[in-house]
Amino acid sequence: MSRAALLVLADGRFPAGGHAHSGGAEAAVRAGRISGAASLEDFCRGRLHTAGLVAAGLSAAAALGIDPVALDRAADARTPSPALRVAARKLGRQLLRAARATWPSAELDALGREFPKGAHQPVVLGLAARAAGLGPVDAAYCAAYESVSGPASATVRLLSLDPFDATGALARLAPEADRVVDRAVEAARRAADEGLDALPAGSAPLLEIGAEVHAAWPVRLFAS
Amino acid sequence: MSVPAGAGAGAGAGVRSVARIVARADGRGGTSLPVLESDGPLALRRTRSAGTGARVMLVGAMSGPLGGDHFTVEGRVEEEARLSVGSAAATIALPGQAKGEARYDVRLDVADGGELHWLPEQLISAQGSDLRVSTRVELATTARLVLREEQVLGRVGEEPGRLTSRLTVRVAGQAVLDQELACGPGAPGGWDGPAVLAGHRAVGQLLVVRPEFAATPVAAGLLGEGASVVPLAGPAALVTAVAPDALRLRRLLDEALASLPRT
Repeated sequence: MSRAALLVLADGRFPAGGHAHSGGAEAAVRAGRISGAASLEDFCRGRLHTAGLVAAGLSAAAALGIDPVALDRAADARTPSPALRVAARKLGRQLLRAARATWPSAELDALGREFPKGAHQPVVLGLAARAAGLGPVDAAYCAAYESVSGPASATVRLLSLDPFDATGALARLAPEADRVVDRAVEAARRAADEGLDALPAGSAPLLEIGAEVHAAWPVRLFAS
Repeated sequence: MSVPAGAGAGAGAGVRSVARIVARADGRGGTSLPVLESDGPLALRRTRSAGTGARVMLVGAMSGPLGGDHFTVEGRVEEEARLSVGSAAATIALPGQAKGEARYDVRLDVADGGELHWLPEQLISAQGSDLRVSTRVELATTARLVLREEQVLGRVGEEPGRLTSRLTVRVAGQAVLDQELACGPGAPGGWDGPAVLAGHRAVGQLLVVRPEFAATPVAAGLLGEGASVVPLAGPAALVTAVAPDALRLRRLLDEALASLPRT
């Protein structure tokens, strides 16, 4: 299909509900760990190489056609925080709804039947890319970019940060995102031969702990 | 027996060493150790146990893994056996004469009705070291586990070395936890930033697997801003903690373990 399909899938306006999530930025802002453009960039860098790498690996693997049920279990094992598992499934369900309407496909229908409460979002993303005629590299790019664009736009709202500064941080992370995508796709190809242990499992202790802190707040601006 | 890794590669090649423990129910309510194989720097000692299980101490006859070394510890707990393993002192990863990273692999296997407590002292990543740790645990459906992992980034006042540590735990063949933490010079960016460690120099996990957790998972909870207790997607509870130093990390993990329901 067309390269432009990637732009449709990666567009922040694609109606998949991502804008309601901060990717851990809201908890990090409250804890004082993100206080401006520099700490936002460092937060995004850490998230890119951990949660972003894991998501990119899962998405690339799903786009390659690896069994989504097994990938969803692999995602669970890589997501110790129950608050993050719930968020990933909510996002997965919303993305599936949008993707099925946009690129009707038997595989997406089957995924919806298998996971009525939603599969992990990166798994859905990989299958959506597949349905759109895109490949594992495209899927990994979407996942890696989303892992940093979400916290960046959330921080613009949370700290009234200059949007130019937030976008500058994302642009400076682009070369590292390229490397994350390379690692993720290479791991996904190995996973197809060797099993899912080959997929990245990068963890970020403060994202995990922060997600549970955030979930315990009575009032919050973002869902996660 | 310890042999230089890649024997024949000449001076500077690291040490390859494999230690083994097998715990077996003795049929009289106790646990015997039919295999207790020390190897070079990895020395194992059976010690007096408070309960009915067997207790083993890993004694560092030399310092921890140096560059180029490859250590492996294999532990197997057979049906209905109970084993507790600790270590006499912290393990220190140091830079070595040999080029390349050091490796430390732990392979644990617990059969139905068996119970393993794997509670080593901290792993300290000294400046200039480069260590890859891999811990893989295979548990049968009714096996029980308490496993602690603590990493300290650098000795007092020192920058850490490079450390990559992966922990994979399966119950009945199903992965319930798969986590890798990479930190120190040369690790992917952001490891010391606000998403990952934010300047904390001690990080640890405590994993408790019990068959009862399948029906009655622990409730998610927090111990201050630096530690969480969560139910995993499987019969397991995980404590994740960060702290400024090893002492405060241990306090958090001990407190979290005490907060879990008794069995």
